[in-house]
Amino acid sequence: MADLDPTVVAVVLAMSVATYATKAGGLWLLGRVELSGRTEAALDALPGAVVISLLVPTLSEFGVPGLVSATAVLIVARRTDSVLLALGTGMVTVISLRRLL
Amino acid sequence: MSQKRDDHAPGAPGAIESMSFSLAGLRAGFVRCTPIALGVAGYGFVFGVLADRAGLSAAEATLMSATVLAGAAQLVAVEIWAEPIPILAVVGTTLVVNLRYLLMGAALRPWFRHLSPAQAYASVFFTADENWALTIGELRSGGRRGAFLLGSGLAIWVFWVLATAIGVTVGGSVEQPARFGLDFVLTAVFLVLATELWEGRSTLPAWTVAAVVAILTARLLPGYWYVLCGGLSGSLLRAAWYDG
Repeated sequence: MADLDPTVVAVVLAMSVATYATKAGGLWLLGRVELSGRTEAALDALPGAVVISLLVPTLSEFGVPGLVSATAVLIVARRTDSVLLALGTGMVTVISLRRLL
Repeated sequence: MSQKRDDHAPGAPGAIESMSFSLAGLRAGFVRCTPIALGVAGYGFVFGVLADRAGLSAAEATLMSATVLAGAAQLVAVEIWAEPIPILAVVGTTLVVNLRYLLMGAALRPWFRHLSPAQAYASVFFTADENWALTIGELRSGGRRGAFLLGSGLAIWVFWVLATAIGVTVGGSVEQPARFGLDFVLTAVFLVLATELWEGRSTLPAWTVAAVVAILTARLLPGYWYVLCGGLSGSLLRAAWYDG
C-alpha cells in the first residue's frame, strides 16, 4: 500500500508545480499586467466548463438510473449545501434503481 | 517593486498602511476555517476512495493531496488517470482547472504586497477556494492579519490530507464498487461541484457549449481530450459574450 512509483511521483510533482504556478502567478504576474474584464470572465468560466465537459459524456453511460440519481444529487446539493448528504442520496438512489430496473 | 494602482483595494476602508504576520493571526485563521475544513474533509475522503479505484497507492494519493492541494483539479486527475498515465492530459487539465487561482492570487495583492516575499509566496501555496473566500472577506472588512490565509489554509491542508489517507485506505477494502454505487461517486461529485460553480443564468451559454463540444469531441478524439476541448470552448464563449 505504501509504495511510491517513480513515474506517479513525477506526475504528482508536475501537477503540484502547475498548481503552485497558478497560485503564485496571480500574485506575481497580475500586479504587472493589466487584465481585461473579458479575460477575467474567461478564466472565471473555466472550472465550471471543465466540470461540465467531464460530466455530460460520462452521465449517459449510467442510463436511466444515472439520470434519476443525478437529479436527486442536484436537488439535495442545492437544498442542503451538504456534500456528503448529496453524495449519499445519489448512491442510495442509484443502488435502489439498479435493483428495481 | 513599485506598485501604484492597487493601493486602494475595492471594499477596503482607505489605504492599506501595513500588515501583521503573527502567530495570533495564523491561529485566528486556523480556528475560523476549521468548521469549513471539516466540510472539505468530505471531499478529501471521496477523493481518497476514487484515487484508490484509479490505481493510486495510499502513499501516492496522500502525496498528491499534500503537494497539489487543489480539490477540483485532483478529482479531474483521478478521473482521467489510466495505465499508462496520460501525463500531458493530467498535467494540462490540472493547469486549466486551476487557472482561476491566477485571479484569486491577484485579488490578494493589495494586502500581500505589504508582506515579505517569503511570507506571501509561502502563504499562497495554501490557497484553496474556501479559505481564500474567508480571507478576502476578513481583509475587505479591515482585517490586517497577514497570516490569516496561511492559518486558514493549514486547517484545510490538515483535514484534506488526513481525509485522503482515510479514504484511500477504506476505499481499498471495498470489493465490488458497482454494488455499492461507488462507480457513480465521481459523477455525483462533479454534479455537486457544478452546483457550487453555477453563478446563475449567465453561466448557461458557456456550459451548453462546453457540453455540446465535449460530447462531439468525445466521439471524435481518443482519450480525455474532450475535457480540455469542452472546457476551453465554454471559456472562450464566455469571453466572446462578455459585455463589460
